[in-house]
Amino acid sequence: MSSQSPSAGALPAVSPARVLAGLCLLVPIVVVLWVPSYAKTEPRLGGMPFFYWYQLLWVPLSAVFTTSAYLLLRRDEAARKAAAAAGTVAVPAQQDGGEQS
Amino acid sequence: MKHVDWTAMTVFLLFFALVTVMGFLASRWRRADDAQHLHEWGLGGRSFGTWITWFLLGGDLYTAYTFIAVPAAVYGTGAAGFFAVPYTIIAYPLVFLFLPRLWSVSRVHGYVTPADFVRGRYGSRGLSVAVALTGILATMPYVALQLVGIQAVLDVLGVGGTGNWFLQDLPLFVAFGVLAAYTYSSGLRAPALIAFVKDALVYIVILVAVIYIPMRLGGYGHIFDAAAHKFTPDPATGKSPGSLVTGPTGQWAYATLAFGSALALFMYPHSVTGVLAAKSRNTVRRNMAILPTYSLMLGLLALLGFMAIAAGVGKGEKKFNAQLAVPQLFADMFPSWFTGVAFAAIGVGALVPAAIMSIAAANLFTRNVYKEFLKPDATPADETRVAKIASLLVKVGALAFVLVMDKQAAINMQLLGGVWILQTAVALVAGLFTRWFHRWALLAGWAVGMVYGTWRAYGVASPATKHFGGSAAKIPVIGEIGYIGLTGFVLNVLVAVVLTLVLRALKAPEGTDETSRADYSAEAGDEAVKQAPQPTLAH
Repeated sequence: MSSQSPSAGALPAVSPARVLAGLCLLVPIVVVLWVPSYAKTEPRLGGMPFFYWYQLLWVPLSAVFTTSAYLLLRRDEAARKAAAAAGTVAVPAQQDGGEQS
Repeated sequence: MKHVDWTAMTVFLLFFALVTVMGFLASRWRRADDAQHLHEWGLGGRSFGTWITWFLLGGDLYTAYTFIAVPAAVYGTGAAGFFAVPYTIIAYPLVFLFLPRLWSVSRVHGYVTPADFVRGRYGSRGLSVAVALTGILATMPYVALQLVGIQAVLDVLGVGGTGNWFLQDLPLFVAFGVLAAYTYSSGLRAPALIAFVKDALVYIVILVAVIYIPMRLGGYGHIFDAAAHKFTPDPATGKSPGSLVTGPTGQWAYATLAFGSALALFMYPHSVTGVLAAKSRNTVRRNMAILPTYSLMLGLLALLGFMAIAAGVGKGEKKFNAQLAVPQLFADMFPSWFTGVAFAAIGVGALVPAAIMSIAAANLFTRNVYKEFLKPDATPADETRVAKIASLLVKVGALAFVLVMDKQAAINMQLLGGVWILQTAVALVAGLFTRWFHRWALLAGWAVGMVYGTWRAYGVASPATKHFGGSAAKIPVIGEIGYIGLTGFVLNVLVAVVLTLVLRALKAPEGTDETSRADYSAEAGDEAVKQAPQPTLAH
């Protein structure tokens, strides 16, 4: 994701980062609620029916999506803070994903 | 009467002794200066960072009963029991949306319980006490089920089971007496510290189990073949106890149970307690990203149910208790000393959530019943004292529950508790985003959801029990079998929306809202948080 294009004053409530974060959170929910898509035995993996390994696979995948949402929102929040502090037109600084505190 | 496995027993007792010592020492761990405040005893001083919170929440949400019940369900019914996996997959992205807001507003206003927030947001004592009592009611049988978890282990170890009632339950009395004592003295710090031991044990045991047991049983292919065989319909009756993959009629139930349970998970007071004890908003968010590690463990654990089938656990025994499937599998497969480690994982796994649950219920009682209705001028020291006593009463109540009523009653009540706690979600989650809903409409919606859920659950029979035998029933209008709690939740929302429109048209008094917009996004270190009132002095 590139940085948001500078807008006048504070950032809008719906920013690309927020939308993308929302989608990241939505994906795993929709995937596992769509039961008919995985209620089958084939293909098996190491003897395990599809039904089981597919759902187990989505446990780490969901974590990847949630982590992405976290990183997106953290950057968005930093940008909002910077914009609020500047009080005027602000180009959000690129934050990289270092652990804070 | 079975013989006692002394090697396993000794290892089990050693771990028990270790966590007991840790529980008492915990009161000195990370102690702050104002130990008299409820947020010290009841929320560990709101000081836990990412890793402690991870251990604490993991130890809190993935309870000993889960470790017994999930594989037991898979053992008994196959695919239907696996819904715990999509449930825990959905839970974190779902609550990611609103838990950080709950943390922020609670931090700014010093809220200790979810009912505190409802009180502050809607200015409604009625709605707040409804949320508090629902929380207490849903938590009690959950604590009781932790005892059932310990009982299952003790049964397989060969103690308990038969004999007179006192000797039979003596180990339980001892375990819970010890638990009560260190929760009383150390508060939330005790389970937080013990959670390290519990989670380490659980990870080791499950990793060993999912590698070692299939090796002994001839691989996963063989295990699933045995399961497929068990769930093949009987040619004579056409009936089968379950299925290897959810059938077309079971898919609504599977999805609604997963979704409803996910939404309910963080409505439980003990989950909220774990979240509010975090030291920052981003700590909460980071945890939503790393907690799935536990879900993976839970998924692997569920597979143990199939391994128990393949290993022939309970085969030929007519009235085999499925709850014993996993403990029995461990005892059959592992060398004695490792069986002891595995049982310690379950036993200690019961203590951590039981402690947090009793603290959470005690916080609710103290803040939202005692201080609200009985003694409004209670000092912070009073609150802490009352909460400590209440935590004892919750545990005694849970113990009485298991001893006086039967185990089945505890299981039924816990299923019902899930249906009930979900009904508090409308007021709580909607309140974190909007003040549009009217407080009376929310109260009416809650009541409708509670009554509907209880009534429908009453009508569900299972082979084990005539009423409250399950939590799935036909959904009106849609006509599929689905989770009663979620149907109740939808009704709850509908009633709340309609009545809000009516009440707004009538200009009914809305109550005062003590929160402001910025409170919901406050982070540790912000001005608003620095000026936050001492938590127990709020209101």
